[in-house]
Amino acid sequence: MKIYVCVKHVPDTAANIRPLGGAAFDETVKFIVNPYDEYALEQALRIRESGSGAEVIAVTVGKEVATSTLRTALAMGADRSILVKTDAYFTDSVETGRLLHSAVSRDGSPDLILTGRQSVDTEGMQIPYRLGVLFDMPVAVNVVTFSMVEGRVTVEREIEADVREVIEMTTPCVVGAAKGLNRPRCPTLPDMMKAKKKEIRVIPRADLGFPPPIPTVELLGLQAVPDRGRGTILEGDPEKMVRELLRLLREEARVL
Amino acid sequence: MARIGVLIEARGGEVKKTALGALAAARQDRENEVYALLFGDHAEACKGVLRQYGADRIVAIRTPEADISPFPDVQAGALAAAIDRFQLDAILGVSGQTGRDLLARIASIAGAPLVLDCMDIDFPSGIVKKSHFSGKTTATLRLNGRPWILGIRPNIFPERIDPRQGDTVVYEATVPTSKRLVIREVKQGSSGGPDVSEAEIIISGGRAVGSAENFRILKECASVLGAAVGASRAAVDAGFASHAMQVGQTGKTVSPRLYIACGISGSVQHFAGMKTAKVIVAVNNDPDAPIFQKCDYGLLGDLFEVVPALTRALGRAQAPRIGHNEG
Ligand SMILES: Cc1cc2nc3c(=O)[nH]c(=O)nc-3n(C[C@H](O)[C@H](O)[C@H](O)COP(=O)(O)OP(=O)(O)OC[C@H]3O[C@@H](n4cnc5c(N)ncnc54)[C@H](O)[C@@H]3O)c2cc1C
Ligand SMILES: Nc1ncnc2c1ncn2[C@@H]1O[C@H](COP(=O)(O)O)[C@@H](O)[C@H]1O
Repeated sequence: MKIYVCVKHVPDTAANIRPLGGAAFDETVKFIVNPYDEYALEQALRIRESGSGAEVIAVTVGKEVATSTLRTALAMGADRSILVKTDAYFTDSVETGRLLHSAVSRDGSPDLILTGRQSVDTEGMQIPYRLGVLFDMPVAVNVVTFSMVEGRVTVEREIEADVREVIEMTTPCVVGAAKGLNRPRCPTLPDMMKAKKKEIRVIPRADLGFPPPIPTVELLGLQAVPDRGRGTILEGDPEKMVRELLRLLREEARVL
Repeated sequence: MARIGVLIEARGGEVKKTALGALAAARQDRENEVYALLFGDHAEACKGVLRQYGADRIVAIRTPEADISPFPDVQAGALAAAIDRFQLDAILGVSGQTGRDLLARIASIAGAPLVLDCMDIDFPSGIVKKSHFSGKTTATLRLNGRPWILGIRPNIFPERIDPRQGDTVVYEATVPTSKRLVIREVKQGSSGGPDVSEAEIIISGGRAVGSAENFRILKECASVLGAAVGASRAAVDAGFASHAMQVGQTGKTVSPRLYIACGISGSVQHFAGMKTAKVIVAVNNDPDAPIFQKCDYGLLGDLFEVVPALTRALGRAQAPRIGHNEG
């Protein structure tokens, strides 16, 4: 059994993003594994550890530096990994889907593909669906519970506050993980040492045989969104404060 | 001129308010021809409203399978087929939890460019804006090739009355029924209450709320405000609130007209989810709380005094304008 986990190399969520014109931004910030992908990887590791003996393969599309995200995935417990190496930071989703599909299909035949529910950098919210069509597999995203029994996968997917769909799928299938699915493990120092010996196969994009990409969605520019400044601060007696607040909300902000 | 199909989410024969916002978004460009797309059983009940809010045509989609609600693949297949049948240049929907899933399925089937959570759309140029890096930057994107599949962020485009002809056509889509994925059940949790992702007013609690029981004071305030209740990650991780209530980076992204944060410090990750709220109010007892540096109104005080006072003041004022939460 082979489980492929798609992991993306993204800036730390607390990092300050500084646009540098066009699609460029200051990439010297700290990078991490896309947080949702950790839930996906943790799920794969649990399936392996539950006695299925699955092989867990982490796959990413990114620049050379994305190997550090694969190292983290290997330290968490992935058996081996694949990097599809691109030159640019941003790859449009149609292209990313195609590259992931091609790299995985060449490597083996997936019994399960796990992804996060979204990238925290581009917020595309679509790769698992694209993989579903490319691999011809059913897809469920925003998954908070998972079980697999005799070739059938049952998941719960959150759709609203406290409303969940219980979905049953045949395998192989694609599952997009959300927060709450599990608690991802933190690699220890020995785990990180062991990870150094595990495989990172690097496939330059050009070797997958696709023509140069014509993005279907092209990033023209990034603009920093300024925080709103210090607000009008009220203090003192709670009753008086709320009366003043309501007046401001009605008369000044006009939102009530 | 572009022909835009607008995906209409309806519930109990009523069009969701956010879907009317999608019609308004499609209507921004006067030249556009707007087709409201919905599944057969809702079309009759909804047509009056759809005409009034700008639908040139109403397409009632029928599939061989009568009840397709458990089969999202079939729904998406039928909508993808409608793109060809009606020569649509774009499909527009609302980027809530349900719309997002369906739009992504349609785009994948059609191999079409997809941008979800759009905050701005310019039809003639195909240029859209959306958040990148969790609200820290706005990305300007250009779509190449058609059809475009677009999801708008809920509440960004206000609905607008714009009466149109709105003839109804029935479209019998031929899509194979796939049984590989079935929604077996829709489970309703215990807490109830409207969902934050499409709410127009949200009152959220952080770590300082202290317990699940204490969230009651926020719920009481929410019910007089017509608001949904949200939470910070710290409150969710501590078990005070459910995952579904979490606002932020790893929770929901919301754009209400009013966001009231109570006992929330104002971390980057929390702001990632609520930065685009029209007005942000912070209730915090620490004058140095970072949230006071990035809100519209700050109330320096104990949330356990301020929130009940707010509930009482609203109750006294009677009939506050109720937010149209449909979550
Ligand atoms: C990858 C990643 C993703 C994350 N995603 C999210 C996310 O989606 N959403 C999110 O919210 N966080 C997220 N976080 C966590 C975030 O960094 C903060 O830790 C979290 O938002 C803090 O929650 P809080 O403001 O409720 O708690 P605190 O930071 O502890 O703030 C509590 C506040 O309450 C005030 N207070 C105390 N007592 C009272 C009182 N009686 N009355 C009034 N005020 C009082 C305090 O002054 C303080 O400002 C994420 C972090 C990481 C690393
Ligand atoms: N470049 C990438 N490399 C590997 N996986 C990716 C990449 N981009 C997206 N994914 C996966 O697809 C999920 C959804 O991403 P997105 O559609 O970009 O929001 C992520 O959580 C990842 O699991």
